[in-house]
Amino acid sequence: MSDLPQELPVGAMDTRASGWWAMIFTVFTEASLFAYLLFSYYYLAVQSHAPGTFPEGGPPPLLIAAVNTAILLTSSVAVGWAQLGIEHNKKWRLVAGLGAGAVLGVIFLAIQCFEWSGQSFGLSSTPYSSLYYVITGFHMAHVVVGVLMLLALTFWSGQGYFNSCRFAHIHIGALYWHFVDAVWLAVFFTFYITPLLGLKA
Amino acid sequence: MDIMKVRANLTAVLLGLSVITAGAAPLQYLSGASDKAAPVVALTWGVLLVSVVVIFLIGLLLVAAIWRRRPAAVESTALEKEEGGQNWLWIGASLSALALLVTVVWTVKVLADIQAPSDRPAVTIEVTGRQWWWQVRYIGDGSAQGFATANEIHVPVGRPVRLRLVGGDVIHSFWVPQLAGKMDAIPGQINETWIEAAAPGTYTGQCTEYCGVEHSRMQLRVVAQSPGDFRTWWAHQLAAPGFAADRKFIQHCSGCHTVRGTEANGTLGPDLSHLMQRRTLASGAFPNDAAILASWIADPQALKPGNRMPVVALSPDDRARIVAWLRTLT
Amino acid sequence: MTGTEYQRHPTVAAETPALTERLRRLWETAPGFYGWLATVDHKKIGIRYIVTAFVFLITGGIEALVFRLQLTWSNLHLLTPEQYDQLFTMHGMTMIFLYAGPVLSGFSNYLWPLLLGSRDMALPRLNALSYWIYLFAGVVLYSGFVVGFGPDAGWFNYVPLAARAYNDGPNIDLYALGMILLGISTTVGAINFIVTFLRMRCPGMSVNRVPILVWGTLTASAANIFAIPAVSLAFLLLWMDRNLGTHFFDVGAGGSALLWQHLFWMFGHPWVYAIVLPAMGMVSDGLPVFCRRPLVGYSVVALATVATMVLGFGVWVHHMFATGLPGISLSFFSAASIVIALPSAVGVFAWLATIWTGRPVFTTPFLFFASFIILFTIGGVSGYMTGSVPVDWQLTDTYFVVAHLHYVLIGINVFPVVGAVYFWFPKFFGRMMNERLGRWNFWTMFLGFNLGFFPMHISGLLGMPRRIYTYNEGMGWDWVNLVTTAGSFLFAAGVLIFLYNVFVSLKRGAPAGNNPWDAPTLEWATSSPPPPYNFAVIPAVASRHPLWEDRLGEGERSVISSGPVLEQGREALGTTPLDAVANIILKMPGDTLVPLGLALAMTLLTIGLALVNWLVAALGVALVAAAIMIWLWPRAGLGETVEDP
Repeated sequence: MSDLPQELPVGAMDTRASGWWAMIFTVFTEASLFAYLLFSYYYLAVQSHAPGTFPEGGPPPLLIAAVNTAILLTSSVAVGWAQLGIEHNKKWRLVAGLGAGAVLGVIFLAIQCFEWSGQSFGLSSTPYSSLYYVITGFHMAHVVVGVLMLLALTFWSGQGYFNSCRFAHIHIGALYWHFVDAVWLAVFFTFYITPLLGLKA
Repeated sequence: MDIMKVRANLTAVLLGLSVITAGAAPLQYLSGASDKAAPVVALTWGVLLVSVVVIFLIGLLLVAAIWRRRPAAVESTALEKEEGGQNWLWIGASLSALALLVTVVWTVKVLADIQAPSDRPAVTIEVTGRQWWWQVRYIGDGSAQGFATANEIHVPVGRPVRLRLVGGDVIHSFWVPQLAGKMDAIPGQINETWIEAAAPGTYTGQCTEYCGVEHSRMQLRVVAQSPGDFRTWWAHQLAAPGFAADRKFIQHCSGCHTVRGTEANGTLGPDLSHLMQRRTLASGAFPNDAAILASWIADPQALKPGNRMPVVALSPDDRARIVAWLRTLT
Repeated sequence: MTGTEYQRHPTVAAETPALTERLRRLWETAPGFYGWLATVDHKKIGIRYIVTAFVFLITGGIEALVFRLQLTWSNLHLLTPEQYDQLFTMHGMTMIFLYAGPVLSGFSNYLWPLLLGSRDMALPRLNALSYWIYLFAGVVLYSGFVVGFGPDAGWFNYVPLAARAYNDGPNIDLYALGMILLGISTTVGAINFIVTFLRMRCPGMSVNRVPILVWGTLTASAANIFAIPAVSLAFLLLWMDRNLGTHFFDVGAGGSALLWQHLFWMFGHPWVYAIVLPAMGMVSDGLPVFCRRPLVGYSVVALATVATMVLGFGVWVHHMFATGLPGISLSFFSAASIVIALPSAVGVFAWLATIWTGRPVFTTPFLFFASFIILFTIGGVSGYMTGSVPVDWQLTDTYFVVAHLHYVLIGINVFPVVGAVYFWFPKFFGRMMNERLGRWNFWTMFLGFNLGFFPMHISGLLGMPRRIYTYNEGMGWDWVNLVTTAGSFLFAAGVLIFLYNVFVSLKRGAPAGNNPWDAPTLEWATSSPPPPYNFAVIPAVASRHPLWEDRLGEGERSVISSGPVLEQGREALGTTPLDAVANIILKMPGDTLVPLGLALAMTLLTIGLALVNWLVAALGVALVAAAIMIWLWPRAGLGETVEDP
């Protein structure tokens, strides 16, 4: 007869919630997707190209993307701060942190769209341009999903759904958001740093 | 001395076998006709033997295991004790590991052996896979001028030949089993390989990467000749035709086809210079005779549906003239 | 119901009629059409998967029989080349994607909670979603074919042949989009299995006590998580090249044709292990029952399962040996492709040892499970042969490979699946299948299969290439093809006998009790068929074979007749990942139409993309977002919020 603990928690509790585990493996599969996207970049990068076409127009400008990276990382900090908040039952810290994270995410998207609009090449220009728009586009799509999710979480938090026992949704959503930020680091490195390290035509 | 004799006899026997079997199954490769094929044939027989022995052994053990005791009734509730059987795993794993290790080592050795020929290649030929025929270009060197042909490659016996495989549209695969394994012709890259024929003869090849509707009828021929005959053939390929080009041919056919020494210089379809030298028509699909040539020109779609040669409207007279002229292209 | 309490001391008791009645009312699906659409019952979903997969198996089989007729002799003209090309492409796509994976998902879906002593899968709504997406993806994948626009570039769809320049028309676009949709189904299914494994095993079921089927499906699911994005991405990039003018595979513009092959096979090779490892697990669990003893070398077999899958990620290049790769790369992948046979070989010896040291019971399931061993071996050695690069340069793209892949797919998937149907049919439907028909079924399928496919080794060695719609006389292939066609029809007859047996037994099969085979695992402790809640009280196990413990006389005893009752709503017990110690009471969702709604929304998005109609696609996206929002809205009944809002 196995020993059954005296008291068991009930419902979606912290990292014992099934949804938490589901998000972990969702993150694994989405991370794999980005790994294959970046593999495609590196695979095409080492084929032969006319000079100046990979990256097209030379290495992309670093500053704007670095600023955007900082914005995204800050949004992760805000969300993390929110997570700690609800674990100590601080509802308004939760709402503020999640809201700030969403706002910063929107700013990231706006800056990225601005960067897109300033490019000299379109989607069907070269293999590089195809990779650029598709990979940053994929990431932006993930950010959009994340922002919508943060907005929903902000709303639900404001409605008082969560407390220090019931916050599984928060951690699950936050996990996704941190993942989207971590993936950006890999995308940023690939597009903006590797050409400066010599991976270019 | 003895070993050399044995080897020579063995090679002769295998070549003879290959001629016989190749007659029955031109694309078989359990015997080969080249020094490049020989180590691979040996390895193939080796792994085939291992496989057959394994199947036989496992089959025997399975039957023995099932029949060795009186079967239990369906309703029986007695259980066998959870003992024994572990030895099977260790013995089985060890024997398997041994066979696999030997195979890996042998594989790597053969791979190294056939990477490059021992001699300098006698000639370099560029082969471009097209839907659904083989474009061939002999690269001229200092001693002889290059030229183009299609679907039939001639090589000198006993000398290595370098092949540069080009993907003309989709991926095709160059395969002449009696001489060597496959190599793909992939757009965007040039794959180099080599072949060498040990004995004179005609060797059949076929495209082995699915390339569209007429993938089934994309064969080629490799004809191995003595070095003297090969040089004669090459010189003849460079010569202009004996008779002036037929006007109807120029009018209807020269947009796609080339005949060296005439105004016909189209490149969409196969080069037709010295067409009557070739053993087959439509990339190995049909033998090269007058009736088939006439049927082909009348309606290529009926013979090879989906191929890129359109049905050209010709009066029977015009068609007869064109066929007659083509048949002078020796 | 008011908000869920945060903690509870679970009542432990024996099963009573009052308890079972209460649980039945809590867990059974609503009646009628609504219930049919809204159910999240893993048993119903499992049966749907199996039935749908078999419909695709028969469809793919008919496709094959038609083009087999065309190949019976040289220079036949029963089909045009274009018809032939669509048929062989659809056949491959159907069998590998719409039958082989889903049928195993179906068995695993039905059986896992029962094997693990649980009330349901970890994510019941996700379970329903994965089925509906599978069904709709199958419809999308067939939508072109039924109007004459089926994909025709082979199931692995190489570029440039599959690019717009050489393949205009919707054929390839429907293939690409349908596959992306199907990939979502497989992925969410995989997530469900992994989370269920980690969280839903009953107390005492440590990882070294789960049935091998669970190891097989778990391994396949973990692999799918990492592998499926590769093929989904490949198809998406192809769709973009074809419709948006991108240049990933466009060689003329600097793209790469081989990029497709790498992405496809980085998925494709792990996939072929994913579609056999669970079936091997079913044999590892079923065969010992008919040898009257536990499996020899359980730990080794479990490890071999995982090892095969892990190694399976390192061999994909062996599908590309003839593409002109550098020698060192060829050597590495060749060595890996040969060595990967080792864990499989260990499995073969484990099964042989189990029969040898056991006492065979000659039932139909036993025939299928035992014959699988020799079919596996034949398929395995032909694979070993192709692993050696120089040999592969002759064998690849010939019928030798066709022989190999059919021995591994029919031998390691279909034969175990048919055996599994005979084995678990009594549990699913409360009736036994007919044994006499079962014998006829087995022998017809076995002889037909070998008569049909063994000769392909010969036609392959005689140089017959793959994917040709006809061949000239004088190639030496006529007689071999005649025998193959005859054998394949005999095999089909065997499949027909199987289907007939299923239908007849559903109506008139002898009633089956809880455990007609006297098998050891937990599913046989429930009624046949099991109640909607599976277990009235959560069992606690002490070994791999709870129902055999008293006769094997070893160690502690499992407790099945009493345990936590968990009847305050739909509830299940969550346990720790390694040692399965109870650590939470989970609130489980009931019937809901949201998964169906989300699947329909995703399909609408797919249709929008297929039509390149951005309005329809945008509508699809909006509906997807709405469905997800409704699904994820925190609910007090599931213990996700503070109190009833």
